[in-house]
Amino acid sequence: METVSGGNQENQPQNPQGVSDAEKWGSLITGGAMVLMGLSQRSLRGALMAMAGGAMAYHGATADKSLTDKVADATGLGKGIKVEKTVTIINKTPEELYEFWHNFENLPTFMKHLKSVTVTSPTRSHWVTSAPFGTEVEWDAEIVADQPNKLIAWASVEGSQVDNSGFVRFQPGPPGRGTEVKVVMEYNPPGGVVGAAIAKLFGEEAEQQIGDELRRFKMLMEAGEIATTEGQPSGRK
Amino acid sequence: MRAVCWHGPLDVRVDNVPDPKILNPRDAIIKITSTAICGSDLHFYDGYIPSMMPGDIVGHEFMGEIVEVGPAVKNLKIGDRVIIPFPISCGNCFFCRKEQWSLCDNSNHQAHLIEPLYGTSPAALFGYSHFFGGYAGGQAEYARVPFADVGPFKVPDHLSDDQVLFLTDVLATGYMGAENCNIQPGDTVAVWGCGAVGLFAIKSAILLGAERVIAIDRFPERLEKAAMMGAHEIINYEEIDPGEALKEMTGGRGPDACIDAVGMEAHGIGPEGVYDKVKQAVRMETDRPYVLRQAIVACRKGGTVSLPGVYGGFVDKIPIGAAMNKGLTFKMGQTHVHKYLPTLLSHIENGDIDPTIVISHHLPLDDAPRGYEIFKHKRENCTKIVLKP
Ligand SMILES: [Zn+2]
Ligand SMILES: [Zn+2]
Repeated sequence: METVSGGNQENQPQNPQGVSDAEKWGSLITGGAMVLMGLSQRSLRGALMAMAGGAMAYHGATADKSLTDKVADATGLGKGIKVEKTVTIINKTPEELYEFWHNFENLPTFMKHLKSVTVTSPTRSHWVTSAPFGTEVEWDAEIVADQPNKLIAWASVEGSQVDNSGFVRFQPGPPGRGTEVKVVMEYNPPGGVVGAAIAKLFGEEAEQQIGDELRRFKMLMEAGEIATTEGQPSGRK
Repeated sequence: MRAVCWHGPLDVRVDNVPDPKILNPRDAIIKITSTAICGSDLHFYDGYIPSMMPGDIVGHEFMGEIVEVGPAVKNLKIGDRVIIPFPISCGNCFFCRKEQWSLCDNSNHQAHLIEPLYGTSPAALFGYSHFFGGYAGGQAEYARVPFADVGPFKVPDHLSDDQVLFLTDVLATGYMGAENCNIQPGDTVAVWGCGAVGLFAIKSAILLGAERVIAIDRFPERLEKAAMMGAHEIINYEEIDPGEALKEMTGGRGPDACIDAVGMEAHGIGPEGVYDKVKQAVRMETDRPYVLRQAIVACRKGGTVSLPGVYGGFVDKIPIGAAMNKGLTFKMGQTHVHKYLPTLLSHIENGDIDPTIVISHHLPLDDAPRGYEIFKHKRENCTKIVLKP
């Protein structure tokens, strides 16, 4: 099974394997396994689509890849950046955390680079983030899976400046140990100047950035505020 | 305001800096009435603490009067006289709730700096490098105190600053160092280092029921203070080898518990000491573990080695084989200061502990640079300096 390459699958649109993939990813994402380990061979977006809509959606998401994408895949250029981070929040239930997060307009309070998120329809939202060199990057995201109190998965819509997808999962830890919040994300930075800015924003530091964002989310939920030293005095000239 | 700022190894200055402001709802601002120089401040003074930035305000032992509170602080009012525990703790996380205050999850907003080294970050500390949060310290006229609804501890007016100041760190640290030894009736406890932490560890070991406490240092005046604190015997390690002496003094067994109140800058003698010095200088090893090695070898089989002395990074040539085969227990950690305050305050009020014994100098804040200098070299019989802003 695991020796079947992505290329083969793309050439076999009716492959019933899509269905078992959906089950497989569904159990991975909701189960306790390390998601990225399982994803090392392929895209998170594909897996999310498979989980959300079964074989057809999965096929739809992967079969229309352009030639350049295929070349990039083959050479390893433009390879997606994948990040997986988990924190535990002790004094909030999965329900409370899911609810806070699902109101996307709350996200900029703990995601530093995010300027705004505007909800434009029940499943669509518009994201604006500040990028290095004074630039701004924006995109529209679509919720691809929504399991109340458990999981929210999203993907940027076709043609976005930055192709990204991911999910956040809330699940109870061992008794008395709060709620485990896991974020898994994948970015495919484009080329060019904007690409360089995005790569800097999401690329080299992606893991630290997601880690910091989750840490700030935890601070806000547990301590009611986000620790800071910004604005404190020092003897620096 | 005036504040003691680190500008590089052996270079602390008293600078004019802006006054601190409330930055978060749970903050308070205190006007500092007394602040001390701690032995662990010497580690950044000597340049062994990475991630210090020139201009950082230092100091983690301080107390004073509340002058401003954030909107979320309901239990303090302007004019309250408080001491400030040196770890910054949120009071809400898993660790704070377990009273492991120095392991707070939510105070170090720069945790990513230390995670590669430690795996996860302990609590932030006042004035102790950006690895530990980069918070401005308390060797200053004013300080901002985050999570002020859980940290500051009110102290009664009839006790002087000198009597309560060391609750912020060295007294609580010595106490936890002794408590970690799980002292049983009849136990002998050996304490390496007779600075303030060692002296309070000696007193605490006695209060916790040790039969016999043996103090080890190389400065006669510090050993004298150890005797004043109640140490039953003293060893000057420049005169006799503590390992052999301790064995002879304990019927061939070794002490039941060994407390390393020295930490990362232990002064080794002999070839091992030289080896550590060279490695530290070339940064292959960040800490000098001379005392730690000695404590492991000296400790009785099945005994406890307790480390209130601060270590920062890597040490090597630790006799782990001796520790394993002798079945030793190791206990360590930055002090969970908040946890010990009520007990220690009542010990002070009852006269069981006189914290003022450790003080050798009172200096104005502006004399801090000279204070660091004499404390480092143990000139003028210096054991502990209290600065008055
Ligand atoms: Zn200290
Ligand atoms: Zn905490």
